[in-house]
Amino acid sequence: MTESQIKNINLNFGPQHPAAHGVLRLVLELDGEVVERVDPHIGLLHRGTEKLIEQKTYLQALPYFDRLDYVAPMNQEHAYALAVERLLDIEIPKRAQYIRVLYSEIGRLLNHLLNVTTQALDVGAFSPSLWGFEIRESLMVFYERASGSRMHAAYFRPGGVHQDLPPKLLQDIYDYCDVIDKMVDDIDALLTGNRIFKQRNVDIGYVSAKDAQAWGFSGVMVRGSGMAWDLRRSQPYECYSDLEFDIPVGKNGDNYDRYLCRMEECRQSTRIMRQCIEQMPDGPVTTSDGKIVPPRRAEMKQSMESLIHHFKLYTEGYHVPAGEVYAAVEAPKGEFGVFLVSDGSNKPSRCKIRAPGFAHLQALDFLCRGHMIADLSAILGSLDIVFGEVDR
Amino acid sequence: MDESLQDLGEHIAAGLANEVASFDVTRGELTLEVPVEKIVRVLKFLRDDPACHFSVLIDICGVDYPERAKRFDVVYHLLSMHQNHRVRVRVHADEETLVPSATCVYPVANWFEREAFDMYGILFSDHPDLRRLLTDYGFTGHPLRKDFPVTGFVEVRYDDELKRVAYEPVQLAQEYRRFDFESPWEAAEYLLPGDEKASDETKSGAGSKS
Repeated sequence: MTESQIKNINLNFGPQHPAAHGVLRLVLELDGEVVERVDPHIGLLHRGTEKLIEQKTYLQALPYFDRLDYVAPMNQEHAYALAVERLLDIEIPKRAQYIRVLYSEIGRLLNHLLNVTTQALDVGAFSPSLWGFEIRESLMVFYERASGSRMHAAYFRPGGVHQDLPPKLLQDIYDYCDVIDKMVDDIDALLTGNRIFKQRNVDIGYVSAKDAQAWGFSGVMVRGSGMAWDLRRSQPYECYSDLEFDIPVGKNGDNYDRYLCRMEECRQSTRIMRQCIEQMPDGPVTTSDGKIVPPRRAEMKQSMESLIHHFKLYTEGYHVPAGEVYAAVEAPKGEFGVFLVSDGSNKPSRCKIRAPGFAHLQALDFLCRGHMIADLSAILGSLDIVFGEVDR
Repeated sequence: MDESLQDLGEHIAAGLANEVASFDVTRGELTLEVPVEKIVRVLKFLRDDPACHFSVLIDICGVDYPERAKRFDVVYHLLSMHQNHRVRVRVHADEETLVPSATCVYPVANWFEREAFDMYGILFSDHPDLRRLLTDYGFTGHPLRKDFPVTGFVEVRYDDELKRVAYEPVQLAQEYRRFDFESPWEAAEYLLPGDEKASDETKSGAGSKS
């Protein structure tokens, strides 16, 4: 046999690649088809959100959070609203809490339906993504009916939610839960037992519970590895402690278990949504503190004081007591946290956004070493990356 | 909840008597102040001590206070998924301080430190790969510093003659608008020379009446 020279191949993956779920550039080092090293180059969607937030008042900073993880916008707003409320030391009324939980769960469905179906698309299944997008479209209509906007909602505001829900909307969401359940079952029937889907996902992208913690994973990424960790249960916020739901936990920590967790979370989300609508109390949807929440438009027509409050709140904004706070929510992708530093003025002095996808993407090198290059896109899909929040 | 955090803080302060400068509990959050050179030892203790068991490093971020001598805070957020509690660790640094890297304790620290370096120019020693992370290839400056302008220094456009993206100094068609809405009655202090005398008089006047 003649001696032949074997050389590793360097491959550039992206920044424009359909399986990259956004603008991701990977510099891959390959030995044949086996991945030796992955160097993700991120920041192609970096918009300087944290810098911009420092220039805006607390209310003006809120819409930036819709633009982080644009797949489930309201869950991001939620973390920010909680952080500001914690600094201001205000409680929001029960009805606002239920509305927030209801819409957070719609956000979770929006996210999981997109992730599960596009991950299936990455490994070759086309139909689920079309089905998933149909449901997502209807769920976005619920966003629109509450906030006026399909995606950039700016609906969860410090002190409550922007507007009360119209009465028929709740009934419509309740009725639609059955459609969602049916669709989740249909996707389940397409994928769960599917031989190709299992061949591409079972035992791929394995991560142990210990590694998952060392790499800062959260959300489905630790639950898939057998850690029963969910902020909604372990550090409950809003009214999650009054609601009944189960936390699905995986056994093997591979792509397939994470897929199963996401599917079960979809079912639990509709269960939470039904409970929210059944138990939703009447009452105000914002705190009564006129120095933080602007008055209703009807009041402004009659009351001079309301008019002044409205003017001051939309120009100067409110002043937040100096201090710092870290607030986190269980966003669909994992722990989404906001570290907010206030210097006592009307603008945040520092707002650090802790995105779950950032930590997950970092572990791509660790997860992909030794896998085939075809598994890379399956793992990337299973990590549930959205570049809006990774790059900020 | 505050009591248990207080207990935890005392436990940590006792275990790390030489390392932890102080701790406090505000708004249900425990914060430790640590000298910069001791940070790795503190993180190791927090991870390995059974009562702490902070298995997850949630975040590392910089905060800029330009008026201070040591202008940066490096803030570590830790979470224990086993004991279900959180802690914040803070060290002070300036542009020249070498902060020991936490990558040997938590591998996730790698990108967080790269980001802090990119955004603030905080230097980390023993970091395996301290490159810029989020900004453009060939970027200069540290955008999240308070003295960095929001508009930046360069702008890009596609140059049809050069057939590539061209970098040019930023040119604003109008001056960057920064509105000052702060109420003159509540927040801003517009002191005129001689105003301090007036306040002295009112004080003494009020004193004589009572």
